[in-house]
Amino acid sequence: MTTRPIKVLIAKPGLDGHDRGAKVLARGLRDEGFEVIYTGLRQTPEMVVSAALQEDVDVVGLSILSGAHMTLLPRICEGLRSQGLDDVLVTAGGIIPDDDIPALKEAGVSRVFGPGTTIREVAEYIRGNAPSREG
Amino acid sequence: MSESLAQRARAGDRRALARLLSEVENRTSVAEAALRELYPQAGRAHLVGVTGAPGSGKSTLVAALVSEVRKAGRPVAVLAIDPSSPITGGAILGDRVRMQAHAGDTDVFIRSMASRGHAGGLATSTVAAAAVLDVAGFPLVFIETVGTGQSEVEIASIADTTLVVQAPEMGDEVQAIKAGLLEVADIVVVNKSDRPGADRAASQLRGMLTVGAQHDRAMGDRPRPKRPDVLLASGLTGAGVAALLAALDRRDSARRAALRDGQPPDPAQIARAEAQLAGILAQRLGERLREPGREEERSRSVRAIAAHELDPYAAADSLLGLLHDGKG
Repeated sequence: MTTRPIKVLIAKPGLDGHDRGAKVLARGLRDEGFEVIYTGLRQTPEMVVSAALQEDVDVVGLSILSGAHMTLLPRICEGLRSQGLDDVLVTAGGIIPDDDIPALKEAGVSRVFGPGTTIREVAEYIRGNAPSREG
Repeated sequence: MSESLAQRARAGDRRALARLLSEVENRTSVAEAALRELYPQAGRAHLVGVTGAPGSGKSTLVAALVSEVRKAGRPVAVLAIDPSSPITGGAILGDRVRMQAHAGDTDVFIRSMASRGHAGGLATSTVAAAAVLDVAGFPLVFIETVGTGQSEVEIASIADTTLVVQAPEMGDEVQAIKAGLLEVADIVVVNKSDRPGADRAASQLRGMLTVGAQHDRAMGDRPRPKRPDVLLASGLTGAGVAALLAALDRRDSARRAALRDGQPPDPAQIARAEAQLAGILAQRLGERLREPGREEERSRSVRAIAAHELDPYAAADSLLGLLHDGKG
């Protein structure tokens, strides 16, 4: 089989309970033909990294609206690297001020999607940027 | 590359294990080479199939069982299968939501798999993935199926032990005597025992599943229904979970004793071998019919069948004939 679905982990790190966005995105990406692993609310960086490792995902999508993104997102990127998951594409969405984006990119988040982003945009970005693997 | 993946997975490298499972899911040549290498060492782990209707609490119960297993310090793996969209091929794999408490524990390995609608069924990939986990050092592997209806009994051909999860208020006694899922159960669990009606459901199931037990002897050598234990448990509160694990372990001890004594494979193992072989044969056949030189004839046949110009039996025979004539 040459057409392997892209695997995406959708996780919500941090303590806010606003998971509607993450669920809508998970559902939307399903309809775009991705295999979406949904881990739910209140994920610690350790949980996200462990799920990404065990599920061997291509992409980690992080939804965060709590304001703790400057702490949690770099920690997740660091955790992924420490497990040898350097090639995993990390994206983020939620309420993240523009001023914080450069530092997040520096930390390893490849793209931050703000409010108003369409599912199509996210899907196309993933298709264009997910690591390609032979197989 | 494949050799090193398999060897690294066996040596406890979780990243290599995860990668190898992807190869298995994608049915690559890397996976095939690895499985050929690993197969002789597999067959030790207790494969427990967990099945039941959507929402009956399979994932929560598996999570509770995993916690119980970890109290004893034993490693455990979970394969959690969710359906793929027949339209887009996409999937939501949501079983981890209930199982995230064990993140960071390297002796718990949870892997989601989309059913993907492969030719030859899901059995081939699932058995292969379970074999990989077995060899990677997990003596107990839970295989959580997609939520099932009444007759998805494939899991029984994969697992050593089939656990059918029921919830209270899922039907009367007539449901319990219908053919299908309940028939393949080695253990029936009435989950959500904290909910009203659970005791009643369990006693109804017990009553109905043992109906005709005295008739079993009269059936002689004919295939007999299983007589599963009916246990009450709550994945949410943990009540009854220790007893459930103990019941699973008793089955495992019997299985291991048989293995040690060099007894011939039991019916579950034979069924698993049948399912694996049938799946791989179907896959191989499909691949060979899609090879250049045959693909054209194959797709012509498909169109002719669709137009009712050719019957599917004749088409199948003539395609099989092609395999004999050509390079064989």
